[in-house]
Amino acid sequence: MSPSFGRGAMTNHVVDLKNTDYALIMGSNAAENHPITMKWLTKARLERGAKIIHVDPRFTRTSQIADLYAPLRSGTDIAFLGGMIKYIFDNKRYHKEYVVNYTDASFIVKEGFDFHDGLFSGYDPAKGQYDNSSWDYEVDAEGKFITDPTLEHPRCVFQLMKKHYSRYDIDSVCNITGTPKNKYLQVLDMFTQSSAPNKIGNIMYAMGTTQHTVGTQNVRSYAVIQLLLGNMGRPGGGVNALRGENNVQGSTDQALLFHIIPGYITSPSNSPAHKTLDAFLAKETPKTGFKVNQPKWVVSLLKAWYGDAATPANDFAYHYLPKRDVNKNYSHIAMFEAMHRGEIDGLFIWGGNPVVGGPHANKEQEAMCNLKWLVAADLWLTESADFWTYQAWERPASETKVKKRTPADIKTEVFFLPAAAVYEKEGTAANTGRWVQYRGKAAEPVGDSRPDLWFIYEIGKRIQAAYANSKDPKDEPIKNMTWGPYGSDHEPDVVEVGLEMNGYYVDDPRKPVPGFPKLAADGSTACGNWIYCGQMTTKANGDLDYKPMWRDNKDNSKTGLGLYSNWAWCWPVNRRVLYNRCSVQPDGVTPWPGDEKRQLIGWALDKWVGDDVPDFNTSLAPDAPGGINPFIMRPEGKGCLFAAKGSTKDGPFPEHYEPWESPFPNLMSKQDKNPAVKVWEPDKQATPDKYPIIGTTYRVVEHWQTGALTRNLPWLAELMPDMFVEMSEQLAKIKGIRNGDKVIITTIRGDVEAVACVTKRFKPFVVGGRTVHQIGTVWHFGFKGYAKGDPANRLTPHIGDANTMIPEYKAWLCDVRRA
Amino acid sequence: MALKTNLYDVSKCTACRGCIIACKDWNQLPAVIEPFKGNYCTHEDTNGDTFTIMRFMEYEEDPADDVKWHFLKYQCMHCLDPACMKVCPRHAYTKTDWGATFHDPEKCVGCQYCTYACPFHIPKYRKREDKITKCTLCVERVEAGLTPACTRTCPTGALSFGDRHELLDYAEERVKFLRANGFPNATIYGKLELGGLNKLYILTDTPDKFGLPIDPKVSSTIPAWKDWIQPYVGWLIPLALAGSAFSFVTTRILAGKHEEHAEGGHE
Repeated sequence: MSPSFGRGAMTNHVVDLKNTDYALIMGSNAAENHPITMKWLTKARLERGAKIIHVDPRFTRTSQIADLYAPLRSGTDIAFLGGMIKYIFDNKRYHKEYVVNYTDASFIVKEGFDFHDGLFSGYDPAKGQYDNSSWDYEVDAEGKFITDPTLEHPRCVFQLMKKHYSRYDIDSVCNITGTPKNKYLQVLDMFTQSSAPNKIGNIMYAMGTTQHTVGTQNVRSYAVIQLLLGNMGRPGGGVNALRGENNVQGSTDQALLFHIIPGYITSPSNSPAHKTLDAFLAKETPKTGFKVNQPKWVVSLLKAWYGDAATPANDFAYHYLPKRDVNKNYSHIAMFEAMHRGEIDGLFIWGGNPVVGGPHANKEQEAMCNLKWLVAADLWLTESADFWTYQAWERPASETKVKKRTPADIKTEVFFLPAAAVYEKEGTAANTGRWVQYRGKAAEPVGDSRPDLWFIYEIGKRIQAAYANSKDPKDEPIKNMTWGPYGSDHEPDVVEVGLEMNGYYVDDPRKPVPGFPKLAADGSTACGNWIYCGQMTTKANGDLDYKPMWRDNKDNSKTGLGLYSNWAWCWPVNRRVLYNRCSVQPDGVTPWPGDEKRQLIGWALDKWVGDDVPDFNTSLAPDAPGGINPFIMRPEGKGCLFAAKGSTKDGPFPEHYEPWESPFPNLMSKQDKNPAVKVWEPDKQATPDKYPIIGTTYRVVEHWQTGALTRNLPWLAELMPDMFVEMSEQLAKIKGIRNGDKVIITTIRGDVEAVACVTKRFKPFVVGGRTVHQIGTVWHFGFKGYAKGDPANRLTPHIGDANTMIPEYKAWLCDVRRA
Repeated sequence: MALKTNLYDVSKCTACRGCIIACKDWNQLPAVIEPFKGNYCTHEDTNGDTFTIMRFMEYEEDPADDVKWHFLKYQCMHCLDPACMKVCPRHAYTKTDWGATFHDPEKCVGCQYCTYACPFHIPKYRKREDKITKCTLCVERVEAGLTPACTRTCPTGALSFGDRHELLDYAEERVKFLRANGFPNATIYGKLELGGLNKLYILTDTPDKFGLPIDPKVSSTIPAWKDWIQPYVGWLIPLALAGSAFSFVTTRILAGKHEEHAEGGHE
């Protein structure tokens, strides 16, 4: 979403779902995996007559609650959505006023940009990468974007897009996706009705969208559609990424990823352009948009991390920061590939379980045998903590692809940190709608288990103590790192951590910085994460007031939009709906026709006001330069239909490619797979002659992620006791499988056993005139706990998206037979 | 006192089964972990340790149209005129003034007449205590001013709790809306069935599509039992039980003797 809007987060929030007129749920089984979203969607249906549309390979609990269901073959989302884009153009179902003013539709693209037979201009087949310099807008002498508000220039984004999607006609699309034509037409007609100015639709997605080699482009397709329909920045609209677990939003905000440091700032690398702080800031800070303030955020971060050791004279200790190798990838798959090659000595697994949850789990389990040491923190001994046991290497009798190990073969020393459960510690978590909510401790931790914060704090303290007497300059970053004390030295206080995250004045460390506009690049402020700046304030008596603790259960919206702005706090600066400048017409005063109740902010003579916090420069008049640029985090200031250079690695417009493992060639172009994807295991790509069935993985409401928590709870084990695989009645008949039979699912990477769930809810697809079957299995199971079963990820491939490297869990090839 | 009841609206239910967990939690019922048999509904029926279940049923009327996946929360219906109460020889069943059918385990002798008499086969035998168990409509919660545990936890509002006549008014409106919006067979269940149930359902299709009897009936022998045998010859029951106990003991003794004899015999 970042290439389209500027920020990679759910744009609206969960309560806001009640304001929608049309909800398109795609790549998500929200009723099962995000049950609370259904509370608000069913409310929207009851009170507003909203329509719920569900698009998914399988008829799920979400499909049952939906008004309209359409199936599609796994991995063909862009074909499905590309057809919708064409439909929008063909039937003039775009919100023209919105598109002209709030998107880059009128921008002229430079000559030299081209697209031919599945490839955009600049592709280097030898490297398998794009040189994306030709994906750019034309600018005038002053550097301003050249536009054509009539949208008729042949090289304007609008016309280029129209041309790009002209190939996605309904018959071609249905021939790829396997969707029945009547269902597809119903979806197109229903959802694009939200282009009317007084109608708003939202798109909800989850891992069914992202876990593909084209995951980023799948999300881009949603962004394009929502911009064309005028659904962004308005209540009931948005592109809503439903986070897979609570605080995933928090974990990305705090940069538990290799390519960013806290607040979505690019992590420094060893490239010459990142050699010094000035060079880094010059390279990474755009010339326009709100991100021009980035130097303030980076310097404040360095002050928070290195305190007095960060001075203007030493570039605020920028040289302390570890620099990643610019040619290396440090994502999950790449890390386990390196571990498999024996390049990694030690691993911390914190609330993770790669032996169950990692792609090609057999390989990841093998890779872990090369570790010298492993530290696992969890509530129970997980499958990953016990990867060395006999049980961990049990496989179905037919398995020949895995070399079995015994504990004697494995030299890894394993340490286990018993973690306290969520109810046994206090802290905050950022929910899917970016609300940072505090929760107190309800019970004492069991036995000697401790909060994660305690573990990490102690580890930091002890590392510092170990290096305290070192004279080696390379140890300075450790010695000079600020590390508490957070309240009492014994038990770190979450409010104190919250203060550091929020930011404080260096000359008055108890005084919170009131918001990120007040952060400075001269070293006078310290801030652990600029997007969390503003979460801390002071009460009248001078005590710290931690806004995530706020519990005002009253809707502050005058028109009943459910903002609840004084319940918890959300980043940025408590804006509940991102890009809310779009909720009012360009003049800043007039609501969209017929939609007075859903206007969030408006221009009141000299400033922007409204029930929500304006996601805009509050003093910038609508008729001032930039006054109609709602997407302040984008250099363009507009919502981007065209992802210009530097935004993505695999193309400015989403284009359909088949999954890495697919039974079909690409019926749209000669380019079968996403050309910018890195292939890690060319020898582990299955072919449809041996593995003709499409496989996918998913979750059920009764279990959570790798099941480490839920399979240890007897009541939940009772509800979903075994690993199972769902398949159509037609496939079951061909394979001689009856409901409840034990079956073996086999892929080029491994075999697993599962119980067959033969169902009418899976149907074969007709693609390219040929029938293809799809099965689906749950990835919650492992060899520990009350409910046991083979991990489904022993089947999934070690390949990821071209941009994010998220694994392609959702589409692969397999075969199935009776056990 | 006005009747208080649950209303369950299937059009809002996502079958998350939070109600089952909330029920097990409140009533402290142990898990009964059985193998997966190819249906999400791992419980084929309620049992001594599971008072409420969620049924999953697939239907396909027209192959060109969508399959339907019906969910139904199934538990004691708290009939306004309950058959279990009629047949119970020990008067273990009582009706609260707000409509819950309450079963007192202290009085229960585990004879299971109620299980066979119930048109929904709800009361279940718990072997380890030799007692019957079933949904209590959370009597102790409701009488303390709370809602039943299942209702409290329902995320989508498919379950609600309140005055029966108010819920019925709401249900009538809701069914009208559903009938006009894609569910022509939508109906209320529990308003008239068996003279009224103290659990109300809004169904999106006919009751048989949810595995509910369209016209549930109590066995014709039960009114005779209740109205004639119990009042007039009820005093025979302790005698009958004593008699059967006597016969049980004597049979055992005889059997024991028989076994002694059988040793080395040809049987």
